[in-house]
Amino acid sequence: MSDHKPGGVADAGGDGELEAVIGLEIHVQLATRTKMFCGCELSFGEPPNTRTCPVCLGLPGSLPVANARAVHLGLMIGLALGSELAPRSIFHRKNYFYPDLPKGYQITQYDEPLCRGGELGDVRIHRVHLEEDAAKLIHAGASGRIHGSDTSFVDFNRGGTPLAEIVTEPDLRAPEQASEWLKLLRTTLRQLGVSDVNMEEGSLRCDANISLRPRGSETLGVKTELKNMNSFRFIERGIRAEIARQEEILAGGGQVVQETLHFDPASGSITSLRSKEEAHDYRYFPEPDLVPVAIDDGMLAAARADMSELPADRAERLQRELGLSVDSAQVLAFRTELGDYFEAAVAARAEPAPPAQGLANWIAGDLVGRLPEGQDPSDSRVEPRALAALVGLVAERRVSVGAARQVLDRLIEGGGSEPLAIIEAEGLGAMDGGSELAEIVAAAVAANTDAAERVREGNAKAIGPIVGQVMRETKGRADGTEVARLIHEQLGA
Amino acid sequence: MSTTDILDLSAAAAAAAIGGGSLSATELFEAYRDRAASDRAAGDAGLNCFTWVAADAPSEPVDAPLAGVPVAVKDLFCTEGVPSQAGSRILEGYLPPYTATAVSRLRAGGAPLLAKTNQDEFAMGSSNENSAFGPVRNPWDRERVPGGSSGGSAAAVAAGLAPWALGTDTGGSVRQPAALCGIVGLKPTYGAVSRYGMIAFASSLDQAGPLTRDVTDAALMLRHMVGRDPCDATSLAFPGEIELPTAERLDGIRLGVPQELTGEGIERGVLDAFAAAIEQAKELGAEVSDVHLPHAPHALSAYYVLAPAECSSNLARYDGVRYGMRATDAHDLLDMYMRTRHDGFGAEVKRRIMLGTYALSSGYYEAYYGRAQRVRTRISEDFRTAFEQIDFVVTPTAPSVAFRLGEKTADPLAMYLNDYCTVPMSLAGIPAISIPCGHSEGLPVGLQIAGPAFSENRLLDAARALERSIAFDARPARV
Repeated sequence: MSDHKPGGVADAGGDGELEAVIGLEIHVQLATRTKMFCGCELSFGEPPNTRTCPVCLGLPGSLPVANARAVHLGLMIGLALGSELAPRSIFHRKNYFYPDLPKGYQITQYDEPLCRGGELGDVRIHRVHLEEDAAKLIHAGASGRIHGSDTSFVDFNRGGTPLAEIVTEPDLRAPEQASEWLKLLRTTLRQLGVSDVNMEEGSLRCDANISLRPRGSETLGVKTELKNMNSFRFIERGIRAEIARQEEILAGGGQVVQETLHFDPASGSITSLRSKEEAHDYRYFPEPDLVPVAIDDGMLAAARADMSELPADRAERLQRELGLSVDSAQVLAFRTELGDYFEAAVAARAEPAPPAQGLANWIAGDLVGRLPEGQDPSDSRVEPRALAALVGLVAERRVSVGAARQVLDRLIEGGGSEPLAIIEAEGLGAMDGGSELAEIVAAAVAANTDAAERVREGNAKAIGPIVGQVMRETKGRADGTEVARLIHEQLGA
Repeated sequence: MSTTDILDLSAAAAAAAIGGGSLSATELFEAYRDRAASDRAAGDAGLNCFTWVAADAPSEPVDAPLAGVPVAVKDLFCTEGVPSQAGSRILEGYLPPYTATAVSRLRAGGAPLLAKTNQDEFAMGSSNENSAFGPVRNPWDRERVPGGSSGGSAAAVAAGLAPWALGTDTGGSVRQPAALCGIVGLKPTYGAVSRYGMIAFASSLDQAGPLTRDVTDAALMLRHMVGRDPCDATSLAFPGEIELPTAERLDGIRLGVPQELTGEGIERGVLDAFAAAIEQAKELGAEVSDVHLPHAPHALSAYYVLAPAECSSNLARYDGVRYGMRATDAHDLLDMYMRTRHDGFGAEVKRRIMLGTYALSSGYYEAYYGRAQRVRTRISEDFRTAFEQIDFVVTPTAPSVAFRLGEKTADPLAMYLNDYCTVPMSLAGIPAISIPCGHSEGLPVGLQIAGPAFSENRLLDAARALERSIAFDARPARV
């Protein structure tokens, strides 16, 4: 995770006297087979209302039964975040009327959640609890919202999908810090295998609580809640826009009103959904149709057994065992697919063996930069072993960096899988510092008289055009350091 | 066998007669079906016990312990493809796609569905006057109520319109109508019978129970309903089996009479019949002593916070969106909700939804719901303490005999007092049975016996011994 410095408000255009205080509420759709309180399978785009039963339709007489798998996944999240796991947690009913809520209440957890406390990175966790998702409303008509629509349809396929709600303490200070942290959380959850964590498909949803206060103050200002931002970019933009809005209010001598807000990514505008006065009285009370969730040693052991290594632990291990820099270790650990590729390359025992740091740099830099955005390198044509061998050859100076990049291009195109074979076939092997290179350098110096003159006068930066020509002539096979040395030698500079 | 003889058989005796070949299941079914259908057709001239009556007898002979003895089932049990509207307008025309566990277990045991019975709307009431189908009349006196909320079930059994019936008891809704109609009513331990498919009133209290002509029938029906149900998280495995009771004596049985539930507010005639029953118990060898349930007088207050609180939430689903009634002339969503619920619910249901909504409101929760829960805990502790010294608590079931139609409809508090003796057991989740123990003013009086959780077998034995000794054999004139 990037180094965070407090002062997000200044980034958002403020005068630096105020700081933003941000907490996140994240809804994670759990990767169970069936719904939270009934046996219906989860829906992935099936025709509307085909994954329903009396329970998730809230038919009279139906009763919920808690999904043991969802509890298991919730415990894994709690263990990963270092939370305190409640030996006995209970479900509550959150009562309100809406057509996407067939029982007139949502079953959720209230004052006795499954997990309390914990932390991830530099953000403390307040709680993690389990609940059921609402159904999906589709509004016909131009407004796209329930008010003003001609007809509304309800698809109960999503209703009852198990969710874990993760609530942070208000430890975040800047929009980009919030989105960075959310990426870390997503990686952690993906690594755990508890969720698909796909924001576009709604399996990861984020609300933000935002307030401002004078820097150095310990008290919290009046907060607003920004709802349902469905991409990392929108989260950053939404929070930034809300900070700017609050700053403007406070700068004008006004007071921020506690309310729930909607960010429209298309227009960048923020609109009020409801104020504190309009807030529902949810009339929470213990769900009498369910018994408490009692966690026993067997359940804890099962959750622990299903835990794989988490990103923060992996970063620490990569530093300790392989001597990677902090930044490299975190990049590889927080992007699981890069870490997996890296470790496969290390394990391939390629000849010649690459240095770990060099291998990490090649993966996070040249390889990722050449692949389509978001592609997992394991899905590319470049085998981890081949990249490891190529980096090994670079380290032994048997191929220049420039030529190695060409070899990498071939590997990606599928024009071979053995770096050494490509190097030999295309004549990309490093040139030794013999007469051939000296002649090419001499020709390049002669062809760039202006540059040569300036280098002679002591302008080291002017060497560029000459180096460029040598590289073109040698198709990048020449070693850059050697070329520079020869140029200086020939120019007596 | 003549029709009159058939109607005189208890359910257990009818099952035995079918098993022995002296009676056919179809003959039995049709005899009751015809009587139930006549009552339904008679409307207000009949007892108005039923909301639906089966057309045909099951075609297959029933090869199961209950041998085809049909059962009348309270309207609030969901029965697949059969109207189930819990006595409410708001569920008009509702046909459930599934059947309640208790009903399907009875069917699996050999008891097919005879009819659905009238009830107070969503089981809220003690007189069966709060029904979208109109009031049920007491077969002992047509001008009197049968009790409630399982009034249709109780009246049907008492009048010989059904061999036996299934009801539900939240604060006394099986026991009180059983008492007022002169039959047996059993509320099992909370969790003993699955609630799946029972249209909920107050989830932490609702429990299905038999309404029968005698204690043996109650045991027989319960035997085929109990047990853990994977569809009801609050259901529990019954330890052992329900045995048919055989006891004739009460030697060594210690009965406790709580003064809190046997004094003020109970009619003189009821207390007299109760005292006579206690004397009978002593003659059978029981030791009778006073017992204290110090928090029992607060049970009714706690109950009328907790039950409405749960019902305010349980009934939120009747919003007109998916099933049942929907107001047609609404101009937006909120208006549709309000009109549907305004038109669909009766006055008592609305009263309790408002009480419960208030009790759960932010700022009032602790003072009402929280405090009521603590009273509930104290009441459970009272019983636990009592059962260290005695085997059963005995009280009158209801403070009065059947009262006149309309007598208490204008006074909800007077109506709520009907549950005074039955609500403490409901809050404690313990089993209690009401058996007829005599008459007052020519109307039946009920005796309530309550025991610790899962003491049903001992409870049924004690009730059977008393029933045999009391020999209450009166019954209302056949209609």
